[in-house]
Amino acid sequence: MVFVLVSQIRFILLQNRQGKTRLAKYYVPLEDSEKHKVEYEVHRLVVNRDPKFTNFVEFRTHKVIYRRYAGLFFSMCVDITDNELAYLECIHLFVEILDHFFSNVCELDLVFNFHKVYLILDEFILAGELQETSKRAIIERMGELEKQE
Amino acid sequence: MASPPPLPSSTSVLSSASSLADSLFQRSLDDLIKSLRSDPSSEPSIIARSLSEIRREIRSSDPLTKSIALQKLTYLSSLHFHSMSFAAFHTLELLPSPSPQTKRLAYLAASLSFHPSTTELLPLATHQLHKDLTSLSTSSSSSSFPFLPSLPLHLLSLASSADLSSHLAPDLVPLLSRSSPLQPKAVAATYRVLSLCPSTVPVLFKPLVDCLSSDNPLTVSAAVGAFCELSAPPNDPAPYLPLAPEIYRVLVNSRSNWTLIKALKIFSRLVPLEPRLGTRIVEPLSKFLRESQAKSLVLECIKTVVSCLPTHTEAMRLAIDKIKELLSSDDDPNLRYLGLQTLGMLAPGHLWALEESREVVAQSLTDPDRSICHEALRVMMAMTLQENSIESCTLLVRQAAKSDPEFANEILDSVLTSCSKDFYELVVDFDWYVSLLGEMARIVHCTKGDEISRQLVDIGLRVRDARPELVRVARELLIDPSLLGNHFLYNVLSAAAWISGEYVEFSKDPMELVEALLQPRTSLLPTSARAVYIQSVLKVLTFSCNSYIDESSSLVNDTVIARMLSLIEMTVGPLAESEEAEVEDRVRNLLGVVRLVANIKDLSGDKDEDGMIYEVVRVMDALFSDEMGPVSANAQKKVSVPEDLDLKDNLADLSEFISDNDAAMSRSNPSILFYPQSYNASEEVEVGPTSVAESTSLKEHRKRHGLYYLSTDKETTEPELTEDYPRVNETLPPSNGDTTRRVKVTKLRPTVVKLDEGEDLATSSSLSTKVEAMKDDPLSGAIKDVLLGKKGNGASSSFDASSSSQGKGKDKVKEKEIKSKKGEEGESKDRHKGRRKHKHRKEPAPPVSVAQETPVIQDFLL
Repeated sequence: MVFVLVSQIRFILLQNRQGKTRLAKYYVPLEDSEKHKVEYEVHRLVVNRDPKFTNFVEFRTHKVIYRRYAGLFFSMCVDITDNELAYLECIHLFVEILDHFFSNVCELDLVFNFHKVYLILDEFILAGELQETSKRAIIERMGELEKQE
Repeated sequence: MASPPPLPSSTSVLSSASSLADSLFQRSLDDLIKSLRSDPSSEPSIIARSLSEIRREIRSSDPLTKSIALQKLTYLSSLHFHSMSFAAFHTLELLPSPSPQTKRLAYLAASLSFHPSTTELLPLATHQLHKDLTSLSTSSSSSSFPFLPSLPLHLLSLASSADLSSHLAPDLVPLLSRSSPLQPKAVAATYRVLSLCPSTVPVLFKPLVDCLSSDNPLTVSAAVGAFCELSAPPNDPAPYLPLAPEIYRVLVNSRSNWTLIKALKIFSRLVPLEPRLGTRIVEPLSKFLRESQAKSLVLECIKTVVSCLPTHTEAMRLAIDKIKELLSSDDDPNLRYLGLQTLGMLAPGHLWALEESREVVAQSLTDPDRSICHEALRVMMAMTLQENSIESCTLLVRQAAKSDPEFANEILDSVLTSCSKDFYELVVDFDWYVSLLGEMARIVHCTKGDEISRQLVDIGLRVRDARPELVRVARELLIDPSLLGNHFLYNVLSAAAWISGEYVEFSKDPMELVEALLQPRTSLLPTSARAVYIQSVLKVLTFSCNSYIDESSSLVNDTVIARMLSLIEMTVGPLAESEEAEVEDRVRNLLGVVRLVANIKDLSGDKDEDGMIYEVVRVMDALFSDEMGPVSANAQKKVSVPEDLDLKDNLADLSEFISDNDAAMSRSNPSILFYPQSYNASEEVEVGPTSVAESTSLKEHRKRHGLYYLSTDKETTEPELTEDYPRVNETLPPSNGDTTRRVKVTKLRPTVVKLDEGEDLATSSSLSTKVEAMKDDPLSGAIKDVLLGKKGNGASSSFDASSSSQGKGKDKVKEKEIKSKKGEEGESKDRHKGRRKHKHRKEPAPPVSVAQETPVIQDFLL
């Protein structure tokens, strides 16, 4: 095989302050034990950082871009050369959509509707690539999907 | 329920009854979550119970039960790390379900849990995936479920295997067409499929390229993103060069910042290959830098300009201004971090810009945020030149003393690496550097003892003028009893001891040295270090005796020598019974010499009477007076092999003695180390001469020197040779030592002895060959199928038509290479000529797009 599989976004994690994962989406193949290790490490990295620090940390040979919203840490692991500010926007977009969809989303919403959260995520990121950047479009699409349920 | 539903999988009534029970009493996902949350402490038991329930439920034939079980399992698996592989087959069972919810569930479960390495069932899904992917063309399902193909697209992109991809690739093509509403998703899935299965290139590449010119901005964005990924390192970006005009169009026309950022990334990879592209994109880039409000885009522009367009002064000026702006944003640490990062990219070409921001960088070193400190460190190192090295390094080491352990070691590491690069290129004043090394060793959390000791010895070998200072620093390290307890420092102390012994002639007080080397706390040192200490005592003693006899030194008079001898005998005597072989060995040597010269004080001055003492002293002195220099790694190669010698013969016997650890030792480091395996540093070189010396088997050698062989591992073969003498010097012919020494002479800078080029550049040469290999790939014909296929697809459509027109030299070369490869790989050129049997190939289409592309390309490249 000639190509090395490179993904812009390697994984997205939503974790609370205690380290419980509320959402884990991986765009690169990883074994279960690896996933566990990764989630533990990422949590440790972001939970100790002061809010005044930057939103970018180095993680192994990549970068994690994270942001804290209320009690949840939204983390995205990207390549070292990626544009950090763009991904920060990406996280914010995701949060805005969740907020709109669940009407003032809280952690519990995410816990009880985990498959819907995955659906939303899939609408705007596919194969680790950002697909859709218009909030309106994604919400419309989700609405259609909801009707089918 | 009156009658049990038909059961294809199970036959007994009992299991049908239990599945009834399951569907009646099955707990839903909500129930599961609630139960988990209600009692956190018993979570493992709840999970275990649920898992066993799920195992039972999932085997039920009722799809609803199954799907709920799968849903619960997905939840447990993704958030609580339980392997889902036992449910793989059931997941597949649910894929064909007519209900959209169930289908979606099944696909979600599949994409989260399926992985080519963990399940062999993936091929079973091929047909179902194929059906779902092509469902848009069949009218029945399209109305109820218009976005059905998006599900298998997700699955394909996350969990596919090469086989599956190649089977399903043709189904992706209609989804990539202009009319398809799922075009963006299909594009994203396509790029994954292409990466996994290069053989799909002929089928998928052209439609992907077409997507670049689509009307749907989302598709364009996705396509640009796909190419961005495909051309990312470590893949080779060269095949995408022909796409440059398309991407340029996107760059100029697109409104979406995301798309622009990705397009810029592609250009940053293409411009190094084709500098004229640089001139073309300067204008749009400058426009963005000046006008764009989006910081992310500005950031990407800065990165692109700095890395690819350093010669365009106008653009650079804009970029540097923006960087300064970023650096000065006090309230936003993110921007400051990015400013530092991009500032670092300016080195080495625009150091003046870095200099201007020196203050900010130095300040950032002390920032509480670790990320910012790291970046600041990197920038500092990039800024360091010969002129300001003293200032920078002193500042950094001082900072290290104040920092936490991790960062301190990072600082030390970077200082050590950059100062020792290119044979200490950066160091002008070695006296200062040597004392800095000593200072570094004393920093509380220092773990870089290995490197420090290596450099100390290395400098001793190479830089004659620095030796007095080295001895001074070594003396300070040796005298301090508190350092002996620090186990990170023992190799630094070994180095110090070795230096004191080897260059004792520069020492101001040999007696003090001996006292330091023999102080009681040295018992805390490990064997290897002690052995070095004792050997050094021997050297110092020899030197002292010689000076005494010559009466050349005022420091060594009667009392001194007597004290020295008695001190040695007293402290070292007990060690003669030591359990450690190395220590015992050397102690006995030392004591032997001491006894021989015991009566040195009573010399009458008559040479005949005291002949023996004189002899001993002179011989010992001669033994240690040979100067040791660094040995080139290529030295062995310079020895020409005599014609009648068969080097390969009888080396099979050696395999018993060589273990894996030994062979792994770095060859590119010719200087001396103080570890038990140090002799292995020249093992490669040694094996040769050993077999040259006795062209018969190793056994004969053993017979001759069997006394000195240990039973299992390779130990010293000659008794006097100790760890710190490079073995090569002994066994190779004398011409070796005088191989070309490239001596660098600068004003005021002491001479640093370097040997032939191959020496320390072993690692850098392997890097450069890797880069060469990458660059040569498209040109050398050693590519594998897909790159050939790609070049055939992408390049052939554009270059083939323009082959008759004037080609610039470079293009012509590329053309020829492409053509020669096309000759080798018939399939790639067939695509263009329309001879492919694939039913999705539309024959008139390629020539049309080619005709469109050629004038653009010609215009572009002129």
